[in-house]
Amino acid sequence: MPSSYQSVMARQNEIMKKAIGFDYQQFEQSAIAFDYEGMMAATGYDLASVRRIQAETGVGQTPLLELKNITRLARQLAPPAFGARIFLKDEACNPSGSFKARRAAISVYQAQQLGYKGVIAATSGNYGAAVASQAAMRGLACIVVQEVFDSRGVGQPEILEKTRACEAYGAEVCQLTVGPELFYVFLTLLEETGYFNASLYTPYAIAGVESLGAEIAEEILARTGRFPDVVMVTHAGGGNVTGTARGLQQAGASTTQVVGASVDLSGLHMASDRDFNRKSFTTGHTGFGVPFATWPDRADVPRNAARPLRYLDRYVTVTQGEVFYATEMLAQLEGLERGPAGNTSLAAAFAVAQTMPADQILVVQETEYTGAGKHPLAQLTFARQQGIEVRRGDPRDSRPGHSILIPEDPAQIAVRDYDLDDLRRSYVRNALRRTAITELSPEDIAFLQADARASRKLVLQVARELEVRVP
Amino acid sequence: MEIRRIILQPGERAPQLPADTAQVPLELRVKGFLKQAAALGQEAEITTVIGRTQRGLVTAINPRHSHDFGEPVPELLTIGAELRRLLEGSRDAK
Repeated sequence: MPSSYQSVMARQNEIMKKAIGFDYQQFEQSAIAFDYEGMMAATGYDLASVRRIQAETGVGQTPLLELKNITRLARQLAPPAFGARIFLKDEACNPSGSFKARRAAISVYQAQQLGYKGVIAATSGNYGAAVASQAAMRGLACIVVQEVFDSRGVGQPEILEKTRACEAYGAEVCQLTVGPELFYVFLTLLEETGYFNASLYTPYAIAGVESLGAEIAEEILARTGRFPDVVMVTHAGGGNVTGTARGLQQAGASTTQVVGASVDLSGLHMASDRDFNRKSFTTGHTGFGVPFATWPDRADVPRNAARPLRYLDRYVTVTQGEVFYATEMLAQLEGLERGPAGNTSLAAAFAVAQTMPADQILVVQETEYTGAGKHPLAQLTFARQQGIEVRRGDPRDSRPGHSILIPEDPAQIAVRDYDLDDLRRSYVRNALRRTAITELSPEDIAFLQADARASRKLVLQVARELEVRVP
Repeated sequence: MEIRRIILQPGERAPQLPADTAQVPLELRVKGFLKQAAALGQEAEITTVIGRTQRGLVTAINPRHSHDFGEPVPELLTIGAELRRLLEGSRDAK
């Protein structure tokens, strides 16, 4: 079969169909709309079965820790009677060291049920190790495709560690240089091997995160007599936000606010060979967070089950320097060496807790393991080698790709709100442009409203701007 | 053994790449065991840990993990003590 970039991309749909064993077509309703809840239900994995499958491989039921010293410090900086109690879900205690084990557990189980001999995941993040670890437990072969090097062959230390971890669990790791054609390599591998596409974005993977939201709701209720007021989620591709929010809702925590937090990497191009090694975070950043919120279906499946705009109540950003600072804070005040990327939500939580009354509860929803390369010292050493300025200072003065400013004082940690309506408008614009439709039906409008959690007015406004007819 | 292979030449890459990425090839590196003896820089076939065959130029023999915990970063070293001082101050105030 022809193997050029264009010809493989043109076979994308048939390759995917064979590699997921799931017919997305049945949920399509129009060029714009599809039955999201129908798709989620069709996995056949409700919360109880997700928990049963995860228990088989020791995934989930991670410790929920109260960060008493960090809470005390936040209260010191907050106005009187403010400073929510901060809890942390120690997801680093999962078998592969991150919450991604929850996603991988269901994907790999499904692959096994369908009789696939192996699984492939395209990811440079913790998900690779998670899939490799679950595949090892279930006796399946595993290939992980990662974006690791720039054209000089210089690897991102955080990703080099993730390569090592995948190999430790017995996976073949295909390490690539920078570029979105990672997806092309992924497709050729699926075609060659006939393995299962253990994508981060199938309904199975997202169902796997629901247990995390449910555990948080149930454990906080049991320990404090109330549901959490805010759950702070590090946001990248949207699966963490989506699955956690769905789990919270299923456990009855319907008033809990779900706040997404990303590291601000504005100004850096994610497909740029040069910018690739000028960032110190390879996940949890706006370079994923914004594009995946405004166009979820850019993912490696026909319809992305992670749809963050449906669930985000608020979206904030923090700087790289603030996350490194929060990582130090967690290690030195709470005795937990974790992250750093997973501590994006912790940095944001520290600021947001100060704006909440002291009787309220904020849960930082994950941690991830720390390792060589995946550590503030390793990442700042590397940043300096790339010519990035690292110094103490006001983080607001930092510029991604040029400087990292480590706060001089914890009072300098602050969140910047990303306007959700801007993201919603951008989402609707993408939906209309990519489908090139000329007229919206009432069903399309209802879908766009639900998918972006947008007002009818906002949807119609964008449609008119793009000269799309509305009923 | 680590081998390296060009997957896409600059002209074959995806459209809409930033200029710096568009002018370099997309390269793959993968590790495995040599099928026949080959020296650095030679074309060779390897068997990967899951038993697949991959072809490319030998780039490294027993490649070492180069990532580590970095150098001490003075900007981080004092944060713990600073935070503990702040917390102790709050205890004194109460």
